[in-house]
Amino acid sequence: MSLSLLFVQTLNGLQFGVLLFLIAAGLTLVFGVMDFINLAHGVQYMLGAYLAVMFYALTGNFLVALVLALAAALVFGLLLEFVVFRHLYERDHLEQVIATFGIIMFLNQGVKVVWGAAPLSLPIPEMLSGTIVLMPGILYPVWRLVIIGSGLGVGLILYLLVTQTRVGMLVRAGATNARIVSALGVDIRRLFMIVFGFGTMLAAFAGVMIAPILSVEPGMGDGVLILAFVVIVIGGIGSMRGAFIAALLIGLVDTLGRSFAIDILRLVMPPSPARTVGPAIASMLIYVLMALVLYFRPAGLFPVRGR
Amino acid sequence: MTDTTLIAPQRKPHALELAPVFIFLVLALAPVAAAFGPETYLLGLFTRVMVFAIAALALDFICGYGGLVSFGHAAFVGIGAYSVGILSAHGVTDILISLPVALAASAIFAYLTGTVCLRTKSVYFIMITLAFGQMVYFVAGSLAPYGGDDGMTLQVRSTLLGFQPFKNDRVFYYAVLLFLLAAYLACRAIVASRFGRVFRGAKENPVRMATIGYDVFKYQRIAYVIAGMIGGLAGFLLANVVEFVSPAYMSWQRSGELIIMVLFGGIGTLYGAIVGAAAFLLLEDGLGSITENWKLIFGPMLVLIVLFARGGVVGLIERLTGRAGRG
Amino acid sequence: MVKVLMTSVAAVALLIGQAQAQEKLKIGVVTTLSGPAAVLGQQLRNGLQLAIKNSDGKLGGREVQLIVEDDELKPDVAVSKAKALIDRDKVDFVVGPIFSNILVAIMKPVTDGGAILISPNAGTSNFAGKDCNANFFVTSYQNDQNHEVMGKYAQDAGMKKVFIMAPNYPAGKDSLAGFKRFFKGELADEVYVPLGQLDYSAELSKIAAASPDAVFVFLPGGMGVNFVKQFRQAGLADKVKFLSAFTVDESTLPAQKEAALGFFGGANWAPNLDNPQNKKFVADYEKEYNAVPATYAFQSYDAALLIDGALKATKGNTADKDALRAAMMKAPFTSLRGAFKFNTNHYPIQDFYQVKVAARADGKFQTEIDKKVFANYADPYAKDCPMK
Repeated sequence: MSLSLLFVQTLNGLQFGVLLFLIAAGLTLVFGVMDFINLAHGVQYMLGAYLAVMFYALTGNFLVALVLALAAALVFGLLLEFVVFRHLYERDHLEQVIATFGIIMFLNQGVKVVWGAAPLSLPIPEMLSGTIVLMPGILYPVWRLVIIGSGLGVGLILYLLVTQTRVGMLVRAGATNARIVSALGVDIRRLFMIVFGFGTMLAAFAGVMIAPILSVEPGMGDGVLILAFVVIVIGGIGSMRGAFIAALLIGLVDTLGRSFAIDILRLVMPPSPARTVGPAIASMLIYVLMALVLYFRPAGLFPVRGR
Repeated sequence: MTDTTLIAPQRKPHALELAPVFIFLVLALAPVAAAFGPETYLLGLFTRVMVFAIAALALDFICGYGGLVSFGHAAFVGIGAYSVGILSAHGVTDILISLPVALAASAIFAYLTGTVCLRTKSVYFIMITLAFGQMVYFVAGSLAPYGGDDGMTLQVRSTLLGFQPFKNDRVFYYAVLLFLLAAYLACRAIVASRFGRVFRGAKENPVRMATIGYDVFKYQRIAYVIAGMIGGLAGFLLANVVEFVSPAYMSWQRSGELIIMVLFGGIGTLYGAIVGAAAFLLLEDGLGSITENWKLIFGPMLVLIVLFARGGVVGLIERLTGRAGRG
Repeated sequence: MVKVLMTSVAAVALLIGQAQAQEKLKIGVVTTLSGPAAVLGQQLRNGLQLAIKNSDGKLGGREVQLIVEDDELKPDVAVSKAKALIDRDKVDFVVGPIFSNILVAIMKPVTDGGAILISPNAGTSNFAGKDCNANFFVTSYQNDQNHEVMGKYAQDAGMKKVFIMAPNYPAGKDSLAGFKRFFKGELADEVYVPLGQLDYSAELSKIAAASPDAVFVFLPGGMGVNFVKQFRQAGLADKVKFLSAFTVDESTLPAQKEAALGFFGGANWAPNLDNPQNKKFVADYEKEYNAVPATYAFQSYDAALLIDGALKATKGNTADKDALRAAMMKAPFTSLRGAFKFNTNHYPIQDFYQVKVAARADGKFQTEIDKKVFANYADPYAKDCPMK
């Protein structure tokens, strides 16, 4: 285990963390403001990726595909909001879970019918497809740096929106106490629609940005959804800052765990069992982390006051 | 935050009170009907339905009456199943050993994790139970001597003092039915007891219960252990139905399906869980044989149930019969 | 309306007529049609359907009824569906499944139920060895073999240092064990990743740091797509040879595309395998399903041919199981892979190749035969099988 490897793995961990933040940001926003558990966030991420693949095939331009995919995802998201989700805001969490789970089932199967079961892919834009030399012998793909950059950008934009604008103020107020905001005469339904539309775009944006490094396939949002939930719960639901820090924490713990669990175990046990126990422990680490955090801070690292 | 609960409608003495009796009658007579069809398959299917009904029942018990939504309930099913599998791999198949071991293992797991999980509330509780469920899932997948992720086949169903009563599908069916009945009656009795009143009260208003002088945490933990043990019982039976043990039994999707069963039937009614399990598994089986895209039908069905049939199947029937009663 | 009625009456009459002529041959299929792995399950089903279509809906002279069940990759669901096929539909054959854990689960209910199970993909070592079963036939391979091909190739090519990686589950461990059985050089590292891992940046950094001659990976399905793309993006493809099994094939190439060009795999077949029956199969498959067939499709096509050949030998009789098994053992069909025979454990003895990903003139991608690595190769577990 050399120092340079540790450095690269730390960078990898941060990058995975930013990737998780991209997905978790929309989830925690919707959950925090609207108190709405949207399990369908994962399939909206998947849909973003599929739409980008489709529009890329039609236009051959990544940027155009990105914009069209976001627009299409927004339209579809608002349609879903209008037809289904709008009627669920007042319901309790369990009913939201079951209804959005139904939407997961439908869309996972739906993309299979429309685009086929075989995995698809989205190429990296030509000018961003190379690698750069971080240090002698260690190459880093440019696209991963783009992902890190866009994640930080999304974080910054969200921060500015939430702290500097009127909608942001309402969002903050809504996250703390939606009833009072509504009683003050704010059109809460419109606010919810804006927030939900924004959340949908964030999910789709994450899907498009990640599609070039991951396989675009039915069900690609399911595993990611669980990770995103782990992130927002550790961070404290509704807290953007919490989601950001928790995402980085999980990215680091997961990546470093995977990289070094076996090496560490080899210090205390023979190599062969270390090889089998190591990965099992590595896959458990983030859940252990979540259990520990919740044990000591039952409402996450950055609990939003008022709930 | 809205309460993670549904307030059970105030029911008057009503024809629906007979529903549990009706359900168990149907289940008791089902094998007679099955004898005229493909018996092994139908018995197997219904046995599986009852096994999942037991697991869903346990979940409804803590979820519907205590407001504790566990997203890791499949872990208990898995622990029960693995108790049978691991013992049987070492040549121990007697139910008098494997059942107590399965129950004890799930009780211990429930006690330990409950101590941690019950510190949290609402969504945080959902997620922390998921965390523990995932941990058990990964542990099971890494049990190389017991098949790891592939799982392992049971050579025989559980035995009783050297006999193999469960080898006969009908006998096994009725045994599972008895277990289901026992679990149902036990849950009902507990809900109605003084313990149950405190437990239910803790869902509505934990602060008040604490002020009156009840240690809410302890009550909830006992209930969680009971639910875990019933889940373990379901796992014990599932291993015997399928004659196969696999980590797939405790994936988070399975925990999610259990929640769906509870909601599908009607939360906070206990027998609704049985209806829900039956509806879920029979739809899965039935729709699956019509089209491979059955999820395109099933998904929207879930949405419709939430939108238009609050209280699940039981709630729906309740309203229909109620309307009919009023004329 | 009247017209519809008339046609349905005619159809019913036709059906009755057929039923009187000869009872249909019922074949059950247990395959994975939900979730990300559905693409493999569809290939399996398509291969069977194509074979039946190409012989006018008949196998061994009997009209075929195919009953397809989705196992959802859940063992308990698979067992229930298998029982339904045996007990409700009274099938004579069950073809499937894709995944080893499903095979292990349905083995007992199917073979105890009196049907013959033909696996067109999963071939676990226990059923090849001590748990071999008279009612179980395999038209694919024993699971270790494709990995052994790569191990042999790396050894013969004189590679000094190889980095090997697989998911942390039994098939993953068998895979790396199979590779190591033939590769005796140095291992840069032996890594097990969680099943379904998305991001491989940590492992890629390890590979870059170790700078081996080659990597050998077994990352099926979406994992392989992710890894191949990220491997290429990390700039490793020019420096490190890419050896694999079940990682670059026709089911994943539509997503991997150029990223997988020149990468190697071990296989018992490739779409460009040069014999007339295979050429026809690949052309028919592409026409019917608008996709290049992968091994899953060809192996289930062969499974249908096996049933066809055996039933022709028994004159359509499926009741006498001993005669049926004896007929099947002779492998009375021309396999798409050419030479094929069954070993005593009912697993194939066949050739294995190193295959290489190539771009076709029409813009699609496929694996192509690069070199024969094993000839008439039998798995090593057969000696533990009590069947002679």
